[in-house]
Amino acid sequence: MKQSRRNFLKFAGLSAAGLCLAPTAVALASGGGGGGKAHAVVSAKTLHAKRWAMVIDTRKLNTEEEINALAEVCHHIHNVPTIPGKQEIKWLWEGTYAETFPEQENNFPSEDLEKRRFPLLCNHCEAPSCVRVCPTKATFKRADGIVAMDYHRCIGCRYCMAACPYGSRSFNFMDPRPFMDMDKINKKFPTRMRGVVEKCNFCVERLAVGEMPACVEKSSGAITFGDLQNPDSSVRKVLRENFTIRRKPAVGTEPGVYYII
Amino acid sequence: MYHGGKIITGLVIFLGLVSLPFWANMGGSYEQPKIELPKNSTECIAPKEEMRTKHMQLLDEWRDMALREGKRTYISANGKEYTISLQNTCMECHTSKVEFCDKCHTDAGVTPYCWDCHVPPKEAK
Repeated sequence: MKQSRRNFLKFAGLSAAGLCLAPTAVALASGGGGGGKAHAVVSAKTLHAKRWAMVIDTRKLNTEEEINALAEVCHHIHNVPTIPGKQEIKWLWEGTYAETFPEQENNFPSEDLEKRRFPLLCNHCEAPSCVRVCPTKATFKRADGIVAMDYHRCIGCRYCMAACPYGSRSFNFMDPRPFMDMDKINKKFPTRMRGVVEKCNFCVERLAVGEMPACVEKSSGAITFGDLQNPDSSVRKVLRENFTIRRKPAVGTEPGVYYII
Repeated sequence: MYHGGKIITGLVIFLGLVSLPFWANMGGSYEQPKIELPKNSTECIAPKEEMRTKHMQLLDEWRDMALREGKRTYISANGKEYTISLQNTCMECHTSKVEFCDKCHTDAGVTPYCWDCHVPPKEAK
């Protein structure tokens, strides 16, 4: 049979249409055919936010004992060792007004303020300098604003410690396990190894199962935790109603931890 | 060739010594280590063969999924849901590191550093 121009064009048109439809057809066929591919999803119980933030009411929470009680809970669930001296490791600790808000001091502070102690932790900054300097991306900012760490990737260069303006990071100069009671540690959470940096993780593992951070839960209302981007959230309500300050505003890291004075 | 005989004899002895491990093990049969399988569960998150050859890649992917993407629920190929966690999910069934992990790792001469941080379950005595 002689190929006519008309037949050739018909055939070419049909082939082109077929090529366009092929990927969809393949996708439909593999998607509909039972089994499926293994994949990961966000757990149903996970708490979501566009930007997690914390507001600490230092009128209610301001003594060494109270803050240390919170630190104890935090350090226990995250298996933070108790190492005395300069090599100490801390996720949550306390400091005076001058230590907490340098450059925001007055020469004659009120007696009340002078006595107060302030809870200190990683600020989970909007523009975290630790993330910028990390050469291995071991520390990174999650979509929900939490500055997280992947200890697998940490090479212990300690650039992040130099970069953090808040001293929120601790280095494991030695194996932390001898400084913990291995029978009493939290078996649900890993420890760290020698040569990695560690810090507060805003209890990301608790948020993933629908729980509030441990310090928030234990603070009996003195710490509020919520979504900074949601105008109706608990943190935004507290921020609307109270005067708050953040640590070292001049360095421009935009901390996610606010203090009611 | 000066001292040809001595050199060749020396070479033969040298090669023989270097390859001694191969000669010594020739004919011997390799026995796979017998690992302890979980008593409370019959299926893993993937078929046995896949787990045997690819568990390291899987753990690597799990780490990124959980830590970086915040996806902590794993849906296996047959549709079952698991929490992504070495310490809390894998070791829930494989209750003994010594009887499960270590057997093959020792045999293969590999020393993964999982347990520098992750806490293995307490070994039964």
